[in-house]
Amino acid sequence: MALLDVRDLTVRFDTHHGTVRAVDHVSFTLEAGETLGLVGESGSGKSVTNLALLGLLPQPPAVVEAGEVWFEGRDLLKLAPAELRALRGDALSMIFQDPMTSLNPLLTLERQLSEVLETHRGVTRRAARAKCAAALGDVGIPEPERRLDQYPHELSGGMRQRVMIAMALLCDPQVLIADEPTTALDVTIQAQILELMKDLQRRHGTAIVLITHDLGVVAGMSDRVNVMYAGRIVESAAADDLFARPAHPYTEGLLASVPRLGGDAAAALRSIPGTPPDLASLPPGCAFAPRCPARVDACLAGVPLLVELRDAAARRPHHAACVAAAERLAARSPA
Amino acid sequence: MSLLEVRDLAKHFTVGARGFLGRGGAVLRAVDGVSFELERGRALGLVGESGCGKSTAARTIVGLHRATAGSVRLGGVELTGLSRREWQAHRGRLQMIFQDPYASLDPRQTVASILTEPLAIHRRGKPRERRLRALALLDAVGLNPRHINRYPHEFSGGQRQRIGIARALALEPEVLVCDEPVSALDVSIQAQIVNLLAELRERFQLAYLFIAHDLAVVRHVCEEVAVMYLGRIVERAPRDELFERPRHPYTQALLSAVPLPDPAAERARRRIVLEGDVPSPLHPPPGCAFEPRCPARARPGRPLRARRRRSSRARRGARGLPRRARSAPWGLRVNPERRATYARPRGASSRGLPHVRMRARSSPHLRES
Ligand SMILES: Nc1ncnc2c1ncn2[C@@H]1O[C@H](COP(=O)(O)OP(=O)(O)OP(=O)(O)O)[C@@H](O)[C@H]1O
Ligand SMILES: Nc1ncnc2c1ncn2[C@@H]1O[C@H](COP(=O)(O)OP(=O)(O)O)[C@@H](O)[C@H]1O
Ligand code: SF4
Ligand SMILES: [Mg+2]
Ligand SMILES: [Mg+2]
Repeated sequence: MALLDVRDLTVRFDTHHGTVRAVDHVSFTLEAGETLGLVGESGSGKSVTNLALLGLLPQPPAVVEAGEVWFEGRDLLKLAPAELRALRGDALSMIFQDPMTSLNPLLTLERQLSEVLETHRGVTRRAARAKCAAALGDVGIPEPERRLDQYPHELSGGMRQRVMIAMALLCDPQVLIADEPTTALDVTIQAQILELMKDLQRRHGTAIVLITHDLGVVAGMSDRVNVMYAGRIVESAAADDLFARPAHPYTEGLLASVPRLGGDAAAALRSIPGTPPDLASLPPGCAFAPRCPARVDACLAGVPLLVELRDAAARRPHHAACVAAAERLAARSPA
Repeated sequence: MSLLEVRDLAKHFTVGARGFLGRGGAVLRAVDGVSFELERGRALGLVGESGCGKSTAARTIVGLHRATAGSVRLGGVELTGLSRREWQAHRGRLQMIFQDPYASLDPRQTVASILTEPLAIHRRGKPRERRLRALALLDAVGLNPRHINRYPHEFSGGQRQRIGIARALALEPEVLVCDEPVSALDVSIQAQIVNLLAELRERFQLAYLFIAHDLAVVRHVCEEVAVMYLGRIVERAPRDELFERPRHPYTQALLSAVPLPDPAAERARRRIVLEGDVPSPLHPPPGCAFEPRCPARARPGRPLRARRRRSSRARRGARGLPRRARSAPWGLRVNPERRATYARPRGASSRGLPHVRMRARSSPHLRES
């Protein structure tokens, strides 16, 4: 049985500009010890999906319209706030996208880190200090003892991000949701952090949801990948299959936009034409249609459902939500 | 004379001056002797470990921090030591773009007011002319001029970054300092902004100092790259030279750590893993700052001790600026396993600093890509 089982999660925001369905019938499972990559344009609903399942969305404006999130025999969406709080930061942990809004600017690093241990582990302040210093050392922050007494604004962007990571790993979580954990880091520190996450996974069987724009990181870390567009999962496959045989035109456009070290440095980068869709007024049919090079009339008839494709070479079931996916995949696969 | 000349730039912070851990304030050498020059219309990439001082260097160059030592000359005019008023006269020529398109725009200002404000402060044109210029700027960065009366939150992340770029262009700068301008953007939007920056450079003959962690992006934007480590530039070379024949062991480690967007290649990749602790700008190691983690360093023993001795003498360096190592030896240190030979520093180095340069027979990280 899956460690985490998300079914039909649907979240809307009621704003001045109208109602926005940020997450639309999203379902996925997560096994112990596996890493699930989650990619997609900004605004496609990656963060909202994960904030929703941890009960961290501000309600209002957010409304969880439907869905179940099963973890250890309980539906997280039905837990009392106190029960959920006891799980968060402990068995379920999250690294947030924006360190500056999730670190308290008025408290020293020590206060913020030790609070986690005091809450979940009942550790004394003094004992916590040593553990916090060790945690900062683990994420590659030099002189952690001294840094513990500093405030967030005294750190570089990448250091703040690492403090967040240290905080998320303090209690050896079973599920770790990492939202853009390494965007502000250089590649050597990034490699070190990713290694730390893998190590945690090996030791505790931690399941990781990894949200990132960096497709190189996705390729190196993920067993499976979900691609989101306009609040829906539009493709889901084993990492190898997704990179080798993307079936959805959006996934293909995404892969083509990645600058590569071996590419032609002087050429303009390829990008997906057009702008991300306005969730408040989605076109009828496929949300990607206005930007899609493979569009046909059938695309406008209705929202394509996420269906399993026949992919003989696939390591795991390969799903896509696109009327042309099966044909495109067939054209791509070796005969 | 180059357009922008930065010489021995240093920015030190005092941390915990009110009794840090019960002790006195400690000096944090965020930037500790950075030199480079930038020609009109050229792009210099600045890369390096998180916390090595890239943003601090950038902010010091554009006058957001007061330099502790060193010089910044723009078109021959010395900028350090200018008063706030005197700075104003030159500010327009040197502009900065920030990483976070959300935080760097005032949510209460319309795009019109964001773009005309710098013009008004610098008394350029009449209100009507300023508005026309704002419209032209929106067009130049690929935004719809009809959206001029909208607020930042009504735009997407990529569009907000375009607004930030338009604002930076308002005063017709010659140099644009970009601090991780595309890190927060997803790949397809990132590609659009990278292409926009290339187009604007051509059109306005802009010079870029371009900070980024994504080395593939840097390779696309810049024809020259400088690698920073603990407050200093340790290697600087033309793009192809740096990417194909990195010489500093840190640059080699950096390039070998670039993740490849291909799961099979990722599994096969051999990374140079840096061991040991990341050094602290509060207590920089003596001698070459990279030495404690360097896979190519000399074995501990005599050479190391010799280096320590020499650097402590060198610390009382010239011009009152404390120097870790004026003249640490980088002598011949051959590591037979890696079959590498060591070359003298390339021309671009600052004087006398321990620039260890290594020439590898082949660069493993490029073979797989
Ligand atoms: N206002 C400040 N007060 C004290 N220390 C500071 C301040 N700003 C920066 N520092 C220190 O200066 C050093 C360099 O920081 P800087 O922000 O320049 O790094 P960076 O190279 O831009 O890193 P990143 O890649 O993570 O953005 C760090 O040790 C940081 O803690
Ligand atoms: N607090 C909020 N109020 C209104 N809309 C929101 C809020 N948070 C997120 N949204 C909207 O939900 C959608 C998905 O956002 P998000 O999950 O953050 O995207 P991403 O995939 O970049 O993480 C976006 O259209 C965003 O504007
Ligand atoms: S359903 Fe049609 S418009 Fe949508 S991605 Fe597939 S081909 Fe393109
Ligand atoms: Mg997000
Ligand atoms: Mg920075």
